[in-house]
Amino acid sequence: MADLRLLTIYWRDMLRFVRFRGLLISSLVQPALWLAFFGIAMSSSFDVIGSQIPAEPGVPQVGYLTFMCAGVISMTTLFTSLFGGMSLIFDKNWGLLREVMAAPMSRANIVLGTGLSGITKSIIQAAIILGFGLVLGVQFFAGYTPSRAVLAIAGILAFVSVFALGFVFLSAAIAITMESPEGMQGIMTLLTMPIFFASNALYPAQAFPPALQLAAAVNPLTHMVTGIRFFAIGPVFSAIGQTFRYSVADIAVSFGALCLFATVMFLVALRQVRRARVT
Amino acid sequence: MSGDDDVIRVEGLTHRFGDLLAVDSVSFAVRAGEVFSFLGPNGAGKSTVINVLTTLLPLQDGEVVIAGRDLRSNPDRVREAIGIVFQETTLDRDMTVAETLEFHGRLYGLSREERRARVDELVTLVELGAKRNILIKHLSGGMKRRLEIARGLMTRPTVLFLDEPTIGLDPQTRARTWDYLKAVNREGTTIFLTTHYMDEADQLSDRIAIIDHGRIVAEGRPDALKNALGRDLVYLETGENGRARAVLDRAPDVGSVREKGEGLLATVTDDGTRVLPRILDALHAEGVPVTAINMKKPSMDDVFIHHTGRALRDEGAGKPAPPPGRAGRR
Repeated sequence: MADLRLLTIYWRDMLRFVRFRGLLISSLVQPALWLAFFGIAMSSSFDVIGSQIPAEPGVPQVGYLTFMCAGVISMTTLFTSLFGGMSLIFDKNWGLLREVMAAPMSRANIVLGTGLSGITKSIIQAAIILGFGLVLGVQFFAGYTPSRAVLAIAGILAFVSVFALGFVFLSAAIAITMESPEGMQGIMTLLTMPIFFASNALYPAQAFPPALQLAAAVNPLTHMVTGIRFFAIGPVFSAIGQTFRYSVADIAVSFGALCLFATVMFLVALRQVRRARVT
Repeated sequence: MSGDDDVIRVEGLTHRFGDLLAVDSVSFAVRAGEVFSFLGPNGAGKSTVINVLTTLLPLQDGEVVIAGRDLRSNPDRVREAIGIVFQETTLDRDMTVAETLEFHGRLYGLSREERRARVDELVTLVELGAKRNILIKHLSGGMKRRLEIARGLMTRPTVLFLDEPTIGLDPQTRARTWDYLKAVNREGTTIFLTTHYMDEADQLSDRIAIIDHGRIVAEGRPDALKNALGRDLVYLETGENGRARAVLDRAPDVGSVREKGEGLLATVTDDGTRVLPRILDALHAEGVPVTAINMKKPSMDDVFIHHTGRALRDEGAGKPAPPPGRAGRR
């Protein structure tokens, strides 16, 4: 089974991440731009609507920017992770995959090493969005004691990590069977659209028609966003005229769902990598 | 011919891609310390064989034992015992020479001290010491090949597999690459080589096997394979090939005769310098006009074409007596 050589795969993937300056910088700047442009533009409209509906007494009200910041973190993690397996295609066609596959090493190391580098990239990005969001006026961790803030950040990073793993594994499972980066790009675009919009990332899912509600309920992105909001804003808050209440049990279910998703995707990716023939 | 000092033993290796039978019950053995060349036209099955032996393709039918390890039951143990230089460049353009070797050492579980020592030793062997921290994309084709050979040797494998190691290299670089391989072989590493360059196989190999249509059609030492074709080859162009052929068939000391381009190619079983005048006399006596004549020793090219029955891909046909060492291009 897997051993520490997954760190070798990880080391090499990170080597490429820091070496491709253009990709590195754009991957760091892009989520901040989302927050800056989309977030500010949307919040200036939504906050007008939201302010007309008074919050329930005793429920803290947050602006749209704060509400959607969790969505931007989740979306960025989704995009980064879905492209996290892309390196396998390049390695298969022009790179080192043949060398890796011929090594006396468990295939699980390949999958896990790629997953670990996906987590690292996602955590770096999430940290940047968090920092940039706070500068822009996102009301995360409002009124938290330092220890509660640390706990909240740890909770967010745990959600980001498990969520990233699931989608990197999915990405790896697809990439290892694909021949061209263009084909991969097409599939990823096709996947991101429904995952992103059939979720509570940008708007509440409570008002969706039943079919879409079901889709949102099983969507890992919804669980991810729920987790981040719980940790960053609190168990009860109101935004865009709606009240959100999350119990600890809700969060445990969401985290469990993400863990299940990551586990299943790991098994799928491992199976695909084991079946792959690279000659 | 199997014995205790066989490093590779293949018995009844058969491989199918769907309905296509790519390798049909191939058996051979490679002895410890030798350079073994595995030749064949494109599509003959040699890449499939090397891919199975290097564990990149699963073993479907047959038995393969490499360095005493059974391929079917223990592919990872086989992987530990072999080094591979793949046919296509298998390098990351954006890693340095040292990182590439370091990566390989880590994949194969070498300790930090071993990695450091081997990297130092190998960059010196392949004369890349000055390029240690250069990105692969800035290396020439020959340097990349040398780096891949060095990488294949990182784990001190019992067998080094090389799939067309000098493809696309200029003659100087090829000659240097041969020198490295000979040096490596002298140190005791068994070498399993595929190549389209017959001069390369001739120069480097202790033994050669030729595969065609999924089966081994010839096997032996290079000299023995060439001698089996006769002592000399005589190429004739005449006004009347049909009658000339009849004369040659009757002549003593002439082995097989076949058409080649516009002329005839005959193998002679005695010293060609003495047989040739007799052939010319016989043709003269029959009144067959001879317009061109050439004599040479059989080359590996001749052996290859004799057994596989067709020229290498891209090789022009019909030229009088191709010079020895002429090689097919990719």
